[in-house]
Amino acid sequence: MHRTAYLLLADGRFPSGGHAHSSGLEAAVAAGRVTDLAGLEQFLHGRLSYAAPVTAAFTAATHLSAARTGSAPSATESDVTVPFLSLDRELEARTVSPALRLASRRQGRALLRAGRNTWPSELYGQLPKHPDGPHQPLALGVTAAAAGLSTEEAAQIAAYGVLTGPASAAVRLLGLDPYQVQNLLARMAGACDEIAAAAAAVAHKSPQELPAHAAPLADISAELHATWEVRLFAS
Amino acid sequence: MRADHAYDHDETVPHTHPEPGVDPHPPLPQLDRAVRIGIGGPVGSGKTALVAALCRALAGQLRLAVVTNDIYTTEDADFLKRAGVLDSARIRAVETGCCPHTAIRDDISANLDAVEELEDALGPLDLVLVESGGDNLTATFSKGLVDQQIFVVDVAGGDKVPRKGGPGVTTADLLVINKTDLAPLVGADLAVMDRDARARRGTLPTIFQSIAQDPHASQVAAWVRHVVAHSRGLGHAGAQGDSHAHSRTHAGAEGHSHADAQDRGPAPAGVR
Ligand SMILES: Nc1nc2c(ncn2[C@@H]2O[C@H](COP(=O)(O)OP(=O)(O)OP(=O)(O)O)[C@@H](O)[C@H]2O)c(=O)[nH]1
Ligand SMILES: [Mg+2]
Repeated sequence: MHRTAYLLLADGRFPSGGHAHSSGLEAAVAAGRVTDLAGLEQFLHGRLSYAAPVTAAFTAATHLSAARTGSAPSATESDVTVPFLSLDRELEARTVSPALRLASRRQGRALLRAGRNTWPSELYGQLPKHPDGPHQPLALGVTAAAAGLSTEEAAQIAAYGVLTGPASAAVRLLGLDPYQVQNLLARMAGACDEIAAAAAAVAHKSPQELPAHAAPLADISAELHATWEVRLFAS
Repeated sequence: MRADHAYDHDETVPHTHPEPGVDPHPPLPQLDRAVRIGIGGPVGSGKTALVAALCRALAGQLRLAVVTNDIYTTEDADFLKRAGVLDSARIRAVETGCCPHTAIRDDISANLDAVEELEDALGPLDLVLVESGGDNLTATFSKGLVDQQIFVVDVAGGDKVPRKGGPGVTTADLLVINKTDLAPLVGADLAVMDRDARARRGTLPTIFQSIAQDPHASQVAAWVRHVVAHSRGLGHAGAQGDSHAHSRTHAGAEGHSHADAQDRGPAPAGVR
């Protein structure tokens, strides 16, 4: 594996559609729940505690399945696709809001497009077909496998992305000092690493046993946000 | 059934042949999919008005769809629907996360998805227009998203805009200077804009128009037909007879054309 591949996939400039998503921050800002750096810090801690464990664990589990099937050429078609189908269903069940399901699939589709062009591989074909695309963590897991990354690295990129998306949206929406926002991310790095390590450690479990944290307010906000007439972010 | 003349290689449209008699086109490789034309430019310059005008002019001739990047997620679609120029099923809106130029240049995935969704839902298309969100003079489309791009500025933004240049003015395949009807009201000197556009753009074409006076944007529509014809490889085929008989509207000598719009309704208030 190449260390640079890891940086490429983790980079916010990797063209995978993320810039159009605020992960709920736009709704939180409009509701007056996030107005400054302290509010952003709370928001990101929330994301880290409910979204990151699920996202990172499903990314890691997908990566592990993809890496396994990739190294087992004799595997039958159903050996290959069943784990992905079950990961897809389990993540769908954990994503209550239809708006967030769509946001996840759209980002997954965008990531898949970027991944296929960046690290061509047969692995992508294993993901279950869906008109809106695969869920983002599944797309990330497979892309990380195609890029030759480890399960730990895949989980790390997933947890990191849960933070950086809304952080950069906050800079754009609230005009926050970009240095202070980077400082905040640096202070959260340890917590982010822990989430990633925990996710990688459960990657071998069956999809049913993967983390299932939820945040009802985020689901409700996402549903309301999807109905706005003027919207800068897709979610 | 679409009218055949939609595919004519129409030499009355403003474009440039530096070597008279030799067609330097096609700018496009022959495509087996819809031609994608990006329409960019500053806020309020008339991008949506141009999209609506092109729909009026072309929807009966070409299988057409539109992708918008406006922050009003339904505004443009509603406008086009109200104007009765395009069915809302043929329009998709894309959110750009405060970064209209990112969505058309650096990370084009959402726009590509929208184009593909339209093609999946509607079947094969001839032309997809992608309107960018209003942005600044540096915003241009990625070649991974569109085949050709039109940059729309207006005279009300000041006659200095072409002189300022920037990638939009300098490199767009077609520069449209819109709202010429307002020139006397805002004290804009069209001759200055014309001179500066030529200086910035070399041989690339520029069209002066007023959609207020020409709701079918006749000259731009003719340019678009020309691009579509080239993308089908018809530009060189000669199937339409002597398609390279340069008409008087073809400003060959200067390699730059502000075409007359004869046979195309009222002449817009352009620069001659
Ligand atoms: N007088 C005059 N007004 C025009 C002309 N073309 C467009 N307008 C008006 O200019 C305003 C802005 O036009 P739009 O087409 O919405 O501009 P836009 O570039 O799509 O704007 P954004 O998408 O918001 O960046 C509208 O009120 C139009 O009616 C023209 O040729 N002359
Ligand atoms: Mg517009």
